[in-house]
Amino acid sequence: MALLLKNAHVIDPQVGLDETCEILIRDGKIVEVGHDLEMPKGVERDLGGKIVVPGLVDMHVHLREPGYEQKEDIASGTRAAAKGGFTGVCSMPNTSPVCDNAVGIEYVKSRAAAVGKCRVYPSGACTQGLKGEILSEMGDMAAHGCVAFTDDGRGVQGAGMMRRVMDYASQFGKAVMVHCQDDDLVGAGQVNEGVVSTRLGMLGWPAEGEELEIQRDIALCRLTGCPLHIQHITTKRGLDMVRAAKAEGLPVTCEVTPHHLFLCEDDITDEYNTFLKVNPPLRTAEDAKALIEGVADGSIDAIVTDHAPHTEFEKNCEFELAPFGMIGLETSLALINTHLVSTGKIDWNRLVQMMAVAPREILRLDPVTIAEGSVADLTVIDPDLAWTVTTDGFASKSANSGFIGAELVGRATDVYVGGYATLEDGSIVE
Amino acid sequence: MGFNHKHLIDITEYSADDIMLILETARRFKEVNERRIKQVPTLKGMTIVNMFNEPSTRTRSSFEIAEKRLSANSLNFGGSSTSAVKGESLTDTVETLCSYKIDMIIVRDKHAGVPRKIADVSGVHVIDAGDGKHQHPTQALLDLYSIWETKGDFNGLKVGVVGDIGHSRVCGSLIPALKIMGCEVTVIAPPTLMPARPDVLGADHVTSNLDEALPDLDVVYMLRIQRERLEGAPFPSLREYNLLYGLTQEREHLMKDDAIICHPGPINRGVELDSYMADHPNRSVILDQVYAGILTRMAALYLLLGGSEDGIVA
Repeated sequence: MALLLKNAHVIDPQVGLDETCEILIRDGKIVEVGHDLEMPKGVERDLGGKIVVPGLVDMHVHLREPGYEQKEDIASGTRAAAKGGFTGVCSMPNTSPVCDNAVGIEYVKSRAAAVGKCRVYPSGACTQGLKGEILSEMGDMAAHGCVAFTDDGRGVQGAGMMRRVMDYASQFGKAVMVHCQDDDLVGAGQVNEGVVSTRLGMLGWPAEGEELEIQRDIALCRLTGCPLHIQHITTKRGLDMVRAAKAEGLPVTCEVTPHHLFLCEDDITDEYNTFLKVNPPLRTAEDAKALIEGVADGSIDAIVTDHAPHTEFEKNCEFELAPFGMIGLETSLALINTHLVSTGKIDWNRLVQMMAVAPREILRLDPVTIAEGSVADLTVIDPDLAWTVTTDGFASKSANSGFIGAELVGRATDVYVGGYATLEDGSIVE
Repeated sequence: MGFNHKHLIDITEYSADDIMLILETARRFKEVNERRIKQVPTLKGMTIVNMFNEPSTRTRSSFEIAEKRLSANSLNFGGSSTSAVKGESLTDTVETLCSYKIDMIIVRDKHAGVPRKIADVSGVHVIDAGDGKHQHPTQALLDLYSIWETKGDFNGLKVGVVGDIGHSRVCGSLIPALKIMGCEVTVIAPPTLMPARPDVLGADHVTSNLDEALPDLDVVYMLRIQRERLEGAPFPSLREYNLLYGLTQEREHLMKDDAIICHPGPINRGVELDSYMADHPNRSVILDQVYAGILTRMAALYLLLGGSEDGIVA
């Protein structure tokens, strides 16, 4: 079975392509990229000049299965991913039970194979039960397809324990991904410490609670040589620490979410909108501005969503009782396009680098390029399609987005995973 | 003189004129409270729910007396009977209450933002009787009333607030209210009890030195050390707190002759105040504040529920 994509505006910085051409796909792989291609038998599709990029990967997603299927499951979460233009996501291990052994990895893989609408690359916990006390079976998990290790949702508190995690993980050639949060300093912090915590009378979550662990983990990266990936960075000073580590030549990377780029603490008003309660919290407008600069100058490696679905009833409560997190899979691409590409702050090559190329590099996955021989994971984007984010428009089971009502431009219309369409003309292929 | 508020939730939504109207109305209610039969029919037929989801004796009693003196029907809802204990969501609880066809909810809750949420869900009048570490607007109003009665004017008045500023809902309303009325506010506390940004509340001066600040102050507002609301241990001992921040007889020589002392109660004698200061016949207005609580709450109920003009003088 062959597929010929015609009239495709291919953008792939890995092969230096930025032109309208044709892509011939057979048996899940790209056979040829060029002009006036011959296809004896198969399906033709005219993309009408839409942008085609290597399939997007969101390397920070909470699919919630097993354990929290009321919020999301692998079927609904991967549907949301497909709708958002992703061909793959990295699942976080803070499920119930925690994904901290090979059985957990195999469960995620088998559910994804059975019901998934995109590839799922499972991450595994660094420590058993995310408790920060005993190493998890990283070797066995790696052998079963775990792509990286993380205790996401919380930081590993003890420096000695974190050193053990990174020392041990370093033998498997995978990154350790860290949620930086010093529990003793952060305590029960609800929102960024400063203007918003004072104005709304809630305990503050100080920037230093994140920055201390970033600094510590960079030091441990130097000590152990283990590749370190800083998750959802939120502050200017934290970003400067990452810049300095990179300049030193350490194997350090970092990611940022659209909500930390395009929202800030000032958006949390006396309406106490729980959808804006995220961890780490929304920081200052200056921090958000510095993060956008980091995206533009290449200091930030990847865009992720930290897609964190919660049910309506869990979020419809007192701010201090609400769980942390917002969804993001279905708005990420459009937010980056609307705020950064359309405004000229970055170009499409940079978007592809952060949303397709870098995540695969950090997760040690095979690269996907729009060239002969590559797996045909592709995302087709209509960069001019205007749409409004609405509560009832999500494929996710949950609607806890901080961007409800936002008017955005650009959307994935078609997604191909291994040559098969998972999204066609904006609709999920069943 | 129009009064266009449905709720009393955020004191910063009130203008100086709004606040003066409440204070002047409160003063008119004094007459009702000094009769033998201390009741007027102003809010007859109105149903008010006192939803106290956190222990409170003083504030709840004060509201109850104010409601009864205005002839409102009141229902106490909360304490061990709170629905939250049974797992009901706040929204469901409020919608249940509203099905009783009520007119107002007065809410005390340990979580910030609850009164606003209740207002959004219920559509009835809401008074915040203290939400978490956020605000406590009727406390601010009664404080203003006591200061106004004693000092006669707010303009340029120098007010010092001493104590646990960072965890205090009283400050969340009082400091902005003092600023609205034209006072100059100094906050005095150990750095461990200071909010991250006292300037956001409106504080003009921030210091940790009580002795340096005292000589300038017309009003010394001593906050209660809320032992139940302190995270960690922000000072080494009550003894040291009293040494550094206690308003004691030894410090009286630093005070202006006509400086007054306020406290929201209940007092921790020997901690933030000694008995000499707490009971000082010329300076302490602490019991006047309690009475002012009745007057200002009657005024707030009356104005928010649109009580008839002759209700006051009936």
